[in-house]
Parts: sequence; C-alpha cells; structure tokens
Amino acid sequence: MANTLFDKVWDAHVVRKVKDGPDVLFIDRHFIHEVTSPVAFLGLESRGNSVVYPEKTFATADHNTPTINQHLPVEDPLSANQLNALEENAKKYGISHWGLGDKNNGIVHVVGPENGITLPGATIVCGDSHTSTHGAFGAIAFGIGTSEVEMVLSTQCIMQPKPKSLRINVNGKLGVGVTPKDVALYIISKLSTSGATGYFVEYAGDVFKEMSMEGRMTVCNLSIEMGARGGMIAPDEKTFHYIKGRALAPKGEAWDKAMNYWQTLYTEDNAEFDAEVTFDASDIEPMITYGTNPGMGIGVTKSIPNSDDADSGAKSYKKSLAYMNFDEGDAMLGKEIDFVFLGSCTNGRIEDFRAFCSIVEGRKKANNVTAWLVPGSHKVVDQIKEEGLDKIIENAGFVLREPGCSACLAMNDDKIPSGKLSVSTSNRNFEGRQGPGSRTLLASPLVAAASAVQGKVTDPRTLLTA
Amino acid sequence: MAYDKFNVLTSTAYPLPIENVDTDQIIPARFLKATERVGFGDNFFRDWRYNQDGSPKADFPLNKEIYAGSKILVGGKNFGSGSSREHAAWSVYDFGLRCVISSFFADIFRNNCLNVGVLPVQVTGVFADKLFDAIMADPKTEIKVDLPNQTVTLVATGESEPFEINTYKKDNMLNGFDDIDYLKNIEDEIAAFAATRPF
Repeated sequence: MANTLFDKVWDAHVVRKVKDGPDVLFIDRHFIHEVTSPVAFLGLESRGNSVVYPEKTFATADHNTPTINQHLPVEDPLSANQLNALEENAKKYGISHWGLGDKNNGIVHVVGPENGITLPGATIVCGDSHTSTHGAFGAIAFGIGTSEVEMVLSTQCIMQPKPKSLRINVNGKLGVGVTPKDVALYIISKLSTSGATGYFVEYAGDVFKEMSMEGRMTVCNLSIEMGARGGMIAPDEKTFHYIKGRALAPKGEAWDKAMNYWQTLYTEDNAEFDAEVTFDASDIEPMITYGTNPGMGIGVTKSIPNSDDADSGAKSYKKSLAYMNFDEGDAMLGKEIDFVFLGSCTNGRIEDFRAFCSIVEGRKKANNVTAWLVPGSHKVVDQIKEEGLDKIIENAGFVLREPGCSACLAMNDDKIPSGKLSVSTSNRNFEGRQGPGSRTLLASPLVAAASAVQGKVTDPRTLLTA
Repeated sequence: MAYDKFNVLTSTAYPLPIENVDTDQIIPARFLKATERVGFGDNFFRDWRYNQDGSPKADFPLNKEIYAGSKILVGGKNFGSGSSREHAAWSVYDFGLRCVISSFFADIFRNNCLNVGVLPVQVTGVFADKLFDAIMADPKTEIKVDLPNQTVTLVATGESEPFEINTYKKDNMLNGFDDIDYLKNIEDEIAAFAATRPF
C-alpha cells in the first residue's frame, strides 16, 4: 500500500486509534497566543492539571498588539489584560514567551518558521486557523479550538479523526505579476470556501516546486479558506536550506538524523488520494475578491459574476454584494479605494515587502489612500532596513508600522472605518472582519501596491517594468 | 468546563437560512478579549442582532419573540466557516442553544461544538429545506433531536432523517465527558510514545 506524504506524517503520530472514534494524535509543536489560550489555562487549573511538556510549547503575543508605540504600555485594558495573562501563564509553566518588545516577537505563523521551530514531518497546532501556514515545510499543521489547546497543554495530544486526502496540482508556468497569493485565491474561487471541507490538502506540481518557501507559506496559509483542515507541500532542498542554521533548528548529529528522515517525506508514485484536482498556471491572473468570503474572487480584469452563476444561493450572494455596495456585472478595475493593508500571516514576510516596493519605488501613495504597512515580525523589520526598503517606502509617502496581526482581524486599534473600502493582503473579507461595517478586497502585495499608488483597484501588470 | 449532557431534545427552532455563516459573524473578533468565558451569549451574532447604535434589529430571527427560548438553530449551508475561534461555539451554548442543524458544517466549528456540549446535526439539503419551510409556515414547529437513536424529526408530521456521529463522541455527549478525561486516563501510554519522538 503506497503512502501519501500526509499518511506518512499522520500515521507516525498516532498514539492509539479509538474504536469508531478519533485518533489520539501526538503533537510535536504547540504555538499559543494571547487570545485563544487564557481560558485553556483556566481549564487546566480548574482540573488540577499542569503543562506536561512546556518545552514543546511556544508563546508569542500578536493578535491584540498595537502596531505603533510598542514601547509604551498597551492602552486598551482588555488587550493589556490578555497580554499580561499570556506572560504570567508562560512564566508559571516554564513556556518560552516572546512578548511585546522581544526581538523574536511577531505573528505566530511568521516567527515559528523564521526561528526554526517549524520542521518537516512534525505535527504543529495552534488556536488559530492559519496554523496551516507551517504545512509549507511538509509538517501537518492546523488550527484548533481552546478546548484542544487545553488538551495539548495537559496531555500533548488531541483527538482527531484522520481527514481525507486531496491533492491539488497546478502545472505550467505563472505569468508576470501572478504571485502565490493569486494562485491560492484562484484555487479558492474554483473550489469555494467549503470545497475542501473534511480534507487535508497536498499541493503538488510545477508551480509549487518552483515557488519559494515564503510563497509556499502563503499558499498553505490559505488552505483553511477552502474549508480544508490544512495543506502541505513535500519538503525539498529549498526547505532544508531555509531551515538550516536557524536558531532552534536541529544542529550537528541531530541535523543529519533529521535530514535522513525528512528525505523520506514525499508521496509515493502510486499512492491514492480521496480526491484530486488539477489547474493550469496559465489560467491564473492577478486576483481580487469582490464579496464577503474568500471564495468570491475573480481575475482583477474581470467583472463581478451574476447571481445565476454563483455557486452559493442567489439570496446569500445578493446579501453579500449589498454589504459590499457592489452590483452584479461591475468591473473591479477603477473602483476607488480608501485603505490599503499590507501584512498578516498570509503576506507579511520580506518577499511581500519586496514585491510591494517593486511597484511603489519611484511612485507616490495616492492622496485618497490610508496605508498600513505591517511587517510580520521584528526580523522582517530588520530585513526591510538591511535591504533599504524602508527608504523606498518612506520616499513613496508610506509609513512602516510595528509587527502584529493588526488590521487582518482588527482586534487592536487598526480598524478600517465603517463603509470604507480596503485592498488587503490578509486572508478574510468577511462582513466586519477589518472593523464593523468595513469592506475588504483581498489581493496580492502587487495588487495592493498598484492600487495604493493609483488610489483605485489597479492591475499591477500595467505598472511593472519588464 | 462541564456541559449539559445531551439525550433527547424537543424544541422550537430559530431559522437562519443564510449560507456561509462565518465565525466572525457568530462572534466578532472585538469580543475575543476576555480572559474568562463570560458574556459570549450576549454577543452571539452581535452585528446581525444589533444596529451600530445598540438597538436590536427587529427582523433578525434571533430577536423575534416568537422563537424565544428555542434550544435549536437551523442554519444554512457551510455554517461556522472561517476562524477556528472556539468562542463561536461558546456563544452558541451560552445563548442557550444545545443543537445546530445544517446541511453542511465547517470542520473546526463542528469539532469545537462537540467539545463544548453543542450537538452539530448534519442533514441533507432537502431535509434542511423542509425544516426551514415548516418553521416559516409555523414558528411553533417543534423539532425532536434524538441522540441515542441518531434521528432528527419534525414532530408534527413525523418526517425524520438519521444523522451521523461516531460512537466515541456520542458517548461523550450522552455522559457530559470530554477528550481531556479520556487522554488523562492514558497518560502513561502517551509518555511512552513521547519518548520515541525525534524532535
């Protein structure tokens, strides 16, 4: 029986199978943040349990953190309280903690990989659905609820039925101006936000082989938006090169041993998937969403589809467009925008900032646009400065903020005002996601940059110099 | 946290025939700042229940007096998509609901419900429409959810459909147990397994 990559990693972590029930799955790496962990710690205490393997848990503050004046006390008492609870709980149980101001601090799904915590063949969970990001390394990584956070703290296991397997192939070569974000938004637009529910995805084919590690993270990050538990890509030389030498990655003999194991992590030729879909890279153009879920996306040059063509019911579709204040048949190009948000665990890495700068260099931010540029971590900030991107950003009239989840879910002060339209590189365009009444268009850093300098939805290919 | 055991539930139901209801609607992110599990029922569907000035939206089903006290919510397809926040399942429970019926659930939300004492019942699209039609025709329509027999029934007509749940989760719901109780009982087995992990 030939195995898939997913089978190999999953099966290696099953402590026991419960009869007509879930598998008991052992967890190698557990990330926690301030929003979904406090109640788990309360539960732990009320049952008289302790954290069983504190060295396998890593805490970072990100969801609530301000993105300006991080050196000052956090103003919002509720946010301050959550950040404080995370710090206290970490201290109490001996968990490493990267709080506000720590040089390693940043968005959990950015700092995990960049510090070498994320490894191929590992099981990784966090109380955050975008944990699927870490699948880019050939790990099984997915989001869990707070009850499960408590489970992992107190037992290092969760109980999960094994998901079905879905392989998504994208073959051929991507066109100019088409980024990993566009590949993901394209797939979601084809499968819908529920199309991969019950499945764990493996991404395969030319496009993902060619893709950088950061690009792979962007794609795996968005797996949840098609309903999948997570997504993964087989590790290769690029993966090993990325990990080698990072602070918490295996060293010396441990590295060699790990490498021997990692090289066995691929899907065997005649392994079977429960489902498989294949797309052609040449069909993908820069994407933009027009509705209130990430599946409502189209090529940036296209018009909003009619409700008869929508795969959700006409009533829900019309409700969505009404919220966005758009009409069926509208062109997206030229729609005037108010905000641009560059950042999040989807697109807050150095390559995203390079892409943004490739467009804004020598140009100016449009006067009608408020832009929030939020790096995913302090390490990303350092890279931005090392490469001189901060000067490009400044000269074009933009301001760089401090790291955090920021306007992606607007739990801090970075809220898009009611009615305003934002082109965002984040991952969700739900009603009110970026602030009550806010309207969100999801797009790549290139589309965001082009729209920021033009003040309206713009095809980045019209601004790219060959 | 302990939750009510679930056996047989007969109740009227709130209808919410909207597709792709995401967890940002069920509980908006700005209400996730608590460090304790309190107040989630009040903010259940906050932005759909209330105007920005705090006044209730009269036409939203959860605000209609005629359904008040229902223990069941019938939702549209792909209910609970998006963010993995368990606060969404807490807000369902704390609002007073014990069962959500839909033709399709998002994966993590379904799991979270099972962990906090809310029974997610997946039915066919045809049966879901039947439930919506019956409730729309008569808001006093009662639905019977029978966990031991794994059936959901329109009380007035007797029309019924089976639903799936694995034996393990079913036993947990019937007894008010959870996964941590199970896992703590096999601690030694987990410790032995942990010792074999390479990293």
